[in-house]
Amino acid sequence: MAKPAVLTHPESLKKPAGPSEFAKHPVNAALSKAEKVALYTKMARIRHFEQRCIRTYQQGKIGGFLHLYVGQEAVAAGTISLLGKHDHIITGYRDHGHGLMVGMSMNECMAELTGKVTGCSQGKGGSMHYFAPDKNYWGGHGIVGGQAPLGTGLAYAVKYKGLKGCCLAYMGDGAVNQGAVHEAYNLAALWDLPMIFVIENNGYSMGTSQERSTAHPGCLAKRAEGYGMAWDVINGHDVYEVRAKTDAAVKRAHEESKPTVLEIFTYRYFGHSMADPDKTYRDKEEIKGYRENKDPVLLFENELLDEGVLTPATRDAINEAAMAEADVAAVFAEESPDPTVADITKHIYWEEDNRGPNSTSRGTIIFE
Amino acid sequence: MAVITYREALRAAMREELQRDENVVVMGEEVAQFNGAYKVTEGLLKEFGPKRVVDTPISEAGFIGLGIGASMLGIRPVMELMFWSFSYVAFDQIVNNAGNIRYMSGGLINCPIVIRGPGNGGTNVGATHSHTPEAILASHPGIKVVCPATPYDAKGLMKAAIRDNDPVYVMENTILYNDKGEVPEEDYIVPLGVADVKRVGTDLTIVAHGRAVITSLKAAEILEKEHGVSVEVVDLRSIRPLDEETILASVRKTHRALLVEENKPFCGVDAQVAYIIQAKAFDDLDAPIGRVSSIDAPQIYCKRMEDEQLPHAARVVAAALKVLA
Ligand SMILES: Cc1ncc(C[n+]2csc(CCOP(=O)(O)OP(=O)(O)O)c2C)c(N)n1
Ligand SMILES: [Mg+2]
Repeated sequence: MAKPAVLTHPESLKKPAGPSEFAKHPVNAALSKAEKVALYTKMARIRHFEQRCIRTYQQGKIGGFLHLYVGQEAVAAGTISLLGKHDHIITGYRDHGHGLMVGMSMNECMAELTGKVTGCSQGKGGSMHYFAPDKNYWGGHGIVGGQAPLGTGLAYAVKYKGLKGCCLAYMGDGAVNQGAVHEAYNLAALWDLPMIFVIENNGYSMGTSQERSTAHPGCLAKRAEGYGMAWDVINGHDVYEVRAKTDAAVKRAHEESKPTVLEIFTYRYFGHSMADPDKTYRDKEEIKGYRENKDPVLLFENELLDEGVLTPATRDAINEAAMAEADVAAVFAEESPDPTVADITKHIYWEEDNRGPNSTSRGTIIFE
Repeated sequence: MAVITYREALRAAMREELQRDENVVVMGEEVAQFNGAYKVTEGLLKEFGPKRVVDTPISEAGFIGLGIGASMLGIRPVMELMFWSFSYVAFDQIVNNAGNIRYMSGGLINCPIVIRGPGNGGTNVGATHSHTPEAILASHPGIKVVCPATPYDAKGLMKAAIRDNDPVYVMENTILYNDKGEVPEEDYIVPLGVADVKRVGTDLTIVAHGRAVITSLKAAEILEKEHGVSVEVVDLRSIRPLDEETILASVRKTHRALLVEENKPFCGVDAQVAYIIQAKAFDDLDAPIGRVSSIDAPQIYCKRMEDEQLPHAARVVAAALKVLA
């Protein structure tokens, strides 16, 4: 079996990463000070929201599965910061970071986790099933790999309508072994769709390290070659690099209507979900190395402090505001009402929710 | 008899069958090194090694299909699906291949495969992870489906499933994994297709399977104490083959039937059971057959509402009183 491509070499976990080589890349150089601060703020908000979720979960107010994005912030932040009006995204169940990046509020996100009717999906979807189609965010999908064909369909629709846009479908390093993903690769390449498959390679699928799950020709993205697709690998701890390299893929989609596979190396700090005690399959030292020397929020913070975009005072203010916002969201979620029993049978069919004289169906559709 | 959990009972069944037959192989996501997502296979890798207990990538269509193929050549794979909900990714293999090959080969080939894992709602994980596919799967001739409700049945049915020469799909329940019960240490099986009267009664027959059996037993208790009604609870244990005789014998005795299941109502297991009762015991019935299923919607995430959506004792009691009225 091929060895995994380790972009972050184990040795590099022992010393802090230096400044980004991509700070001067045109797509980053073009950012105003205010835009850089906004990007940093979004990353900090994801971090603090997720950490507040841990508390809410431990208080027993969130049940089921809770998959945290802590450590992976630069992936959603870097990629989504590039997108425009006709660009769409879709992801798996580790979906909170993407939601906050497209502009979902912490309130609706937290309320969804606690199953409240004020949640983004009215308490019907839960942590794994966030949706905000008004913000071009098509979920939040619980079945590993299932979002890849859907995303390819979004790209197809964008192209069909003649719009200059694309779709980014995110998945994990474990998801690349699903048949649906390969079928989506083929369709995207065969039909020249404006599609970007983003592999968020955090090294593990649950308790399985990448080398135990996947045969590949050197890295996961390289499988794209089998379909004649472009591909790239990205250091996902550096948000500037994520932006620079994703920008090329977005341009390829927008200008040539061609798909790309991006493999972004990243790391999750907590267990697979809150149910995973995270004691058996990886080293404490490894986690510590990433936290201390590769942290995407901290690295960007240092970058901006060096650039003089942030000061310690503005940094602290941003983080305090994000924490306060997350606390407010927790209270909002706590005080919001549950859906009702009558709500259980709503939103099953469009037709049932929108019955009118021109309805095209009759008969019993919800059964006792 | 030892008192062990439902989880331990399943594990004991697999361990004993791994010991008994060198062709038995346990395979699935996280079953070996991680000891199982729900720890059902805990310790099996250590005891039997990586040839017999195998971790797979997240490729349900691939590894389930592989297991079916291996079974054609005499391997007896016991495949874990982390959730039966994920079987939908492998539906073609599970239904088209495992279910049809014997028939299409005119009996030349058989598939002695077991696919097992939890197939239940009630755990606050939303619609994609809460499917109960026993009715869908049992609607395909060529496939066998069992749903144990107790540790004793879990072990006995699992052992029977592994020794069975057809594809047998075992639907477990994460909510039952910690339930305890008496389980013999000596070798035994619970044959597929034999229902079990879990409570004897005279006024009403409740037919249930899986966790709905536990719910029905609670309801029966309430009906006895608060309403003076004597309820018989028939646990199907096996969906296909189905023990028609035990169902009919009970209904002929009590003259009233209430069917309880955690499926959605449309074409649920109980639709078939109701047909059988009315076709074969029509003259014995004193009232229309009653039914309690999950509220007909995709599984809601909100835990409080999910608890309402699934059959619960109060709902079963109310439905029972209607049948008894
Ligand atoms: C079809 C399917 N199989 C199995 C699962 C259970 N499961 C959920 S996440 C996961 C691991 C996925 O790992 P990866 O793709 O690397 O993403 P990560 O969790 O690291 O973000 C598994 C096995 C599932 N949800 N869907
Ligand atoms: Mg992963």
